[in-house]
Order: sequence, then C-alpha cells, then structure tokens
Amino acid sequence: MATTKAAEQPTRRDFLYIATSVVGAVGAAAAAWPLINQMNPDASVLALSSTEVDLSPIVEGQILTVKWRGKPVFISHRTKKEIDEARAVKLSDLPDPQPDEARVKKDKEQWLVVIGICTHLGCVPLGHEGDYAGWFCPCHGSQYDTSGRIRKGPAPANLEVPPYEFASDTMIRIG
Amino acid sequence: MRKTALILACALATASSAVAEEQALAPRQSWSFAGPFGTFDRAQIQRGFHVYRDVCSACHAMKHVAFRNLAQPGGPGFSEAQAKQVASEYRINDGPNDKGEMFDRPGRLSDFFPSPDPNEQAARARFNGALPPDFSEIAKARGAEAGFPWVVFDAVRQYQEGGPDYIYAYLTGYGDPPAGVTLPPTQFWNNYFPGHRTAMRPPLQNGQVEYTDGTPTTTEQYSRDVTAFLMWVAEPHLEARKRIGFQVMIFLIVFGGLAYLSKKKVWADLH
Amino acid sequence: MAGHGTFQPKNPILKWLERRLPVLSLMHDSFVVYPVPRNLNYWWTFGGILSFMLAVQIVTGVVLAMHYTPTSSGAFDSVEHIMRDVNYGWLLRYIHANGASLFFLAAYIHIFRGLYYGSYKEPREVLWILGVIIFVLMMATAFMGYVLPWGQMSFWAATVITNLFSAIPGFGRAITQWLWGGYAVDQPTLQRFFSLHYLLPFMIAGVVVLHLWALHHVGQGNPLGIDVKSDRDTVPFTPYATAKDNFALICFVILLAWFVFYIPNFLGIPPDNYIPANPLQTPPHIVPEWYFLPFYAILRAIPNKLLGVVALFGSILVLFFLPWLDTSKVRSARFRPLYRQFFWVFVAVCIGLDYLGSKPAEGGYVIVARVLTAYYFLYFLVILPALGYLETPRPLPASISEPVLPEKSAAAVAMGARAPERKG
Repeated sequence: MATTKAAEQPTRRDFLYIATSVVGAVGAAAAAWPLINQMNPDASVLALSSTEVDLSPIVEGQILTVKWRGKPVFISHRTKKEIDEARAVKLSDLPDPQPDEARVKKDKEQWLVVIGICTHLGCVPLGHEGDYAGWFCPCHGSQYDTSGRIRKGPAPANLEVPPYEFASDTMIRIG
Repeated sequence: MRKTALILACALATASSAVAEEQALAPRQSWSFAGPFGTFDRAQIQRGFHVYRDVCSACHAMKHVAFRNLAQPGGPGFSEAQAKQVASEYRINDGPNDKGEMFDRPGRLSDFFPSPDPNEQAARARFNGALPPDFSEIAKARGAEAGFPWVVFDAVRQYQEGGPDYIYAYLTGYGDPPAGVTLPPTQFWNNYFPGHRTAMRPPLQNGQVEYTDGTPTTTEQYSRDVTAFLMWVAEPHLEARKRIGFQVMIFLIVFGGLAYLSKKKVWADLH
Repeated sequence: MAGHGTFQPKNPILKWLERRLPVLSLMHDSFVVYPVPRNLNYWWTFGGILSFMLAVQIVTGVVLAMHYTPTSSGAFDSVEHIMRDVNYGWLLRYIHANGASLFFLAAYIHIFRGLYYGSYKEPREVLWILGVIIFVLMMATAFMGYVLPWGQMSFWAATVITNLFSAIPGFGRAITQWLWGGYAVDQPTLQRFFSLHYLLPFMIAGVVVLHLWALHHVGQGNPLGIDVKSDRDTVPFTPYATAKDNFALICFVILLAWFVFYIPNFLGIPPDNYIPANPLQTPPHIVPEWYFLPFYAILRAIPNKLLGVVALFGSILVLFFLPWLDTSKVRSARFRPLYRQFFWVFVAVCIGLDYLGSKPAEGGYVIVARVLTAYYFLYFLVILPALGYLETPRPLPASISEPVLPEKSAAAVAMGARAPERKG
C-alpha cells in the first residue's frame, strides 16, 4: 500500500484520516441516537404516566384496584383495627423491615396505596386474604399484611408504594 | 440527436401551460415558518388557536391533537397549567364506569380534542351531506403543485407552504358568483375552492374573535392566524426539523470536506 | 478476479475464528485487497450508495414497524402517532419516505451507468440480470410500502395497479381478487402488503449478495470498457475505492438531508396522502410516485387495456434481454459515437415519459407519450441490435493503465504489489 510514503509524512496525512474517521464516528453516533430513542416511551405514553383517583366512593374496609402505567394499584381504605395491627408488628419480625408510618402519608394513615404486583414473580395478589388480613398471592403463596409488607412466602420485598400525592382530601394523584 | 432531445423537452414544458387550468392557483403568502430558518410566531398561533376554538371547532374536529401538545416546545407556548385549563373546559366522553355506562368528564392533558360530532354520518346529517374535514393534517392535505419547471425552483427554494397558501386564499376568497350563475342556499362561491362551489358558508367576520394583544380583529387577520395555527397542527415538529436540519447540513458539509481531502490524499500517490 | 491476498490474523481469538469460519479473510479479500480498475469514475460509486440506502431503508423500516398498525382502521392514525408522539418519529418517517425516492434515484443512475458503459455485456450478463431482479423487487417493495400509510393516494394507487391484473383474459379477475383478499382493496390487502413489504427488502439483500458475488467473480467494468490486463491496471479497493465511495456517499446523504429536513413532502408524500383513504371518493389526479411515472406513461399510452399492461411489463422485461439485444462487441459508449447519441435521446425519452406520467392522459400529452413509448421499445428491440452491425467504433486503447501511466517494463512491477507507481 502507500506505506513507503507514510514514513516521509506521517503526521499530516494521518491527522486528516483520523479527523475524518472521528467526525464519521460522531456522525454515526448522532444518527444512532434517534434509532435507539424511538423505543423509549413516546409522548402519548408519558402523558398517561399519572392517574388521579377520587377516594370518596371508597368506604372504610374497602380496597379499590385502579390501573396506573399499565399496572394494578391497590388503594386500601383501612379500618382502625387494620392500622393498629400494622403498627403493632415488631420490625425484627419482618423479612423486609419497614415501619407502617413510612408507607403512608402523615395524617392520612387510613389510606394505603401500593402497587398490586407480588414482588416474587409478578402475579396480582388477592385482597383481604391470608393469615395477616392483608393480601395473599395465589401463585406461590406469599402473604402480605395490612401495610402491604411481606410476612411469609418467597417474595423478597414489601409491595411497592408508588409516588403519589394528595391533591385534596378526597383526591390522590399517582405518578 | 441531442438537439432534438432538447427541443422535445422545451415542447413539453410549454405544453403544460397550454392545458387550461380552470382553478386559480393560490397566491403565495409570506409565512414566519417558511424557509430553512422558519419558526412559528407564538403569538400568532395562539391567536389562531382562539379562532379555531371560538369559530371552527363547532364543526371541525382535530382528533390527532392532544391538549398536552399546546404546551410542548415549538408550539403556541402555553404553560402546562394553561393547557390543563384549556383541557378542563372540554367535556370528554369516557367509560364505561363500574355500572357499564359511558359518562362525560372534564378534559385532561392526555386527552385529544373531542370531535363536535360523534361520527361521520352525524356530521353529514348536520351539513346536508357535506363532511367538515378534520383539521389535524389539513395544512398538508391541500395545495396544488406548480407546473414544470417552476416545481424545480420550489425544490431549491424549499417551498412547502402550498397548503397554508391555499387555506388562506380559501378563507379570504369568498365572493359573488359570476353573472348568470345561481347557487342553491347550501352552496357558496369561493374563488379558490376546486369547482368554486363550497358547502361551507363564509365562516369569519370582522370582530368575531376577541384578541387581547391589540392585533386587528379583521377577517383577513383571522384567516392568517388560523392558517398559521393549522400549519403547526399539521407539523408540530417543524421548528425542530429545521433546526436539526441545519446542524446536520453543517456536519455533512464538514464531513464531506474532510472526506474529499482524504480521497484526494489517498489518490495523490497514483499520479 | 477474486482477491489474491490471504488475511492471516495475529490475534489468537481471530485465528481461532478464521480457521472455523473464514469471514474475516472473506471481508479482507472482498473489500480491502480486492483489485478494482484504477480509472473508475464517480458513476461507479452508486453501487456503494445503493447498499447504504438499502441499509437505511431496512433500519428505519424496522423501527417504524415498531409503531405502525397495519389495519385499515388504524394505519393512518398510527402514522400520525409516529409523526407526533414517537421520539424522533417524524425524522424516521421522513427518512424512510424520502429514502425510498433517493434509493430509486441512485438505482436509475446506476442502471444508466450500466447502459452507457456496457456493464451488461459479456461476462457480466448474470450480474446485469441479478440487478434487474433487484430493480423489480424494489418496485414491488416501494409499491406496497406506499400503500401502508393508507392515505387517499395510497388506496387509489393500490386500486389502479392491482386492477391491472384484471386485464388478463380468463382468470384476470380471480387473480385480482386473490391479490386483494376480497372484492376491493381493503383491510386484507393492506395487511398482506405490510407482511410482504417487510419481507421483500431481505430478499433484495439476498439478491444483492449474489449481485456482489457475480461482480467480484468477473471484476468491475470500467469507463474504457476494456478488460483489466495486469496489476498495473488496478488498485486495491481499500483505501482507493473506499475513500472515493465514502466521499460520494456523503454528497448523496447531503441530498437526502435536503429533502428530509427542508422539503420532506415534496417528492414522496402528496397532499392527497394526508387525507385518510376513502373508497367512495377518487382523487381528481391519481399519480404514482415519480419513479414509477415512466412506466405509468407507457401503460396509458396504449389505448387497449390488456396491451397497455403488456407494454408496461414488457418495458421492464426487455431489460432482462439487453445483454443479447445489444450486438456490439465494444462495451463503453466512449468508443461508440453513434450509440452515444441514441443513448442520450433514450435518457431524454425516459425523463419525458416520467414527466408525462404525471399529466392527465389527454390531448397532446398522449400523442407525445406514444412517440416516446415507441422510441423506448425501438431502442431496445431495433436500434441496439442494429447498431452492433452498422456502427464503426473508435479504436480502443491497449490497456487501462496505458493512457495514464508512464511506460514501465513488466519486470518493474512487483509480483502482487499494490503499491502505486512512483514517478520517474
């Protein structure tokens, strides 16, 4: 090839080729980005990333299931008994220790909002079932308490609490 | 032989103008979004949105536009709160609820502009069989191509405003039919509508929509503003497209220059 | 002329692979040391450009298919969803739509290069035929792709073109209904077009591999049309052809970018295609894409429906026989003064037919279209066969390198050397 010439003037020619290659690589990366980014959630999906729920029709003791980002969310209007039971549990008894206070909003402890997906392998647990008066997952027997925390069974973690805010006393916005 | 080919080409070019065009081509307007550095005039497309909402939306749907689009960059520049406010003024049909019924609720950012009629047949029943077209792509769905060779110049000049030019011409092009032509009460004479007989009565009147920024409230101004708005509706990413286009062109010219020099260098040894 | 060099990797992993699947030495032989004539001009860069455009169409097409809904009720809305909501969806759609047009532009230049320089002549007949097969597959792919947005023009172009098959006597209607999957273009038609539109480009890629194999087996033609006689006539593909192809490709991409970013609807997406398909209302002017217009003009030039269809398919079919229709032993038009004139008239005729395809089939337009169609067929069926006997070609140079290189004895050329000659 042109190696005989290269020894005479290595730097100028090489710089040009290197510059061309680098610019080409930058161009290729810039061109690749839209191809990758198009798979990210599009604007219409992002627009549905938060859901508002009216709490007024949920009576005490009732659990409402809503859909948020394609997933079920349990909204539990807890009775005083359920709240007390949750608060009475010793943290050392919990496979995934977390106090009930950390899983609800202050002054709104009767409202428990958790994502209804078992942290084991993703099935939807059944409400008001199991030994802990919380949820029972029929797939592999995981059991959650009235704070949605894992108590027994193969699931490693408590039911996830999604980000949510109280827009008013009777309206929450999830996500 | 080559001369014959050239003469042939000229003959074809002149033949095109010989075939009579009964339709007047919409005169070209100047638009802020035209050209390689074109952008939307935010105030203008906000005014245009008001014209759409107050006048056109009574009959024309815009089903591909969502309320959240009003707040996206490159658009009319509403804040998210303002867009939410606009949304909440609309009733959106939703459901079924737990009782199995459909219900109306206030609009949200994620909703699309609702249609004034539940379906095409209902719309046609309202307008003597005519269907008011949806506005989502109308600025790209209109416009006639200039004949050869003007069309080549248009490619170089980047003329993509045939749709807006037509819509503006149509909105300002209502007039009296020529002598001897009478129209039934359901048709109106328009100088630019193909066939001249359009089913929509002149929709705009002076002072019809209130402008808060001091812009004259004339039919001509409404036509201009709503046309610009409709261009944004059809091409919401126009500004990003032209901006990225400029960056890409600069990059390619630099890269091309480097590639050319590299090629020259590689081949220099051979001679 | 397959590459002579054997690639011996030093890296142990690459050595391991090379022994089991010599893909690296195949790449090296085909695209690094592969000898190409040193006198290739820029008309020879379009093969590389076409390969790039095929890759662009496949990549953008696959990602678009992640968001497209191939149903008559959902297609139009899904394309608008891509344009409005999908991240960079507008860019991907415009690249794909304009890329198809530029793909054909490059293909036509590539084909006309072949016609001018006799690239279809012995021993490249199979290479040429594979190219025509690629062209036919491209046309089928582009036609089906255009239907997918399900606009007015998509629907009615599909209706007109599929109706062509009803011209076949006897079972024409049955074939047409078989194509449609119904009694008119509708949902079944759209969905099968989507399936085939996704499939065909990969078949094109397969034929391209055969096309490249045929090419590398016999070697490139060149502007002089004479065979490579020695190593002095050639240079290694890398870096010579690579650098040239790269530059030409960037220029081509600039053209593509001009359309995509500044006039994205100019070539490929007419206003009528932003109106959802309506089977009950035909647009006033049904116009196919610009790259189909010459064939459309030929179709409409013949007043008889069946003969028009025959002429349409005939105009493509005749290309397959070109290597045998052209009887001249001289390849390149540079040495064929008479052929050259007929060739340029042919180019003008094709451009004229393209223009006429967009015009209504009435009045003066039809007359001119008939004249041009006549020339099109005469060119292949009468002029080319006759010219081989009637024309006196100019004298050919002795070799490719002779006109450009100073005289050197054969011994001075190192065996298998790729080093370019130094002056003096």
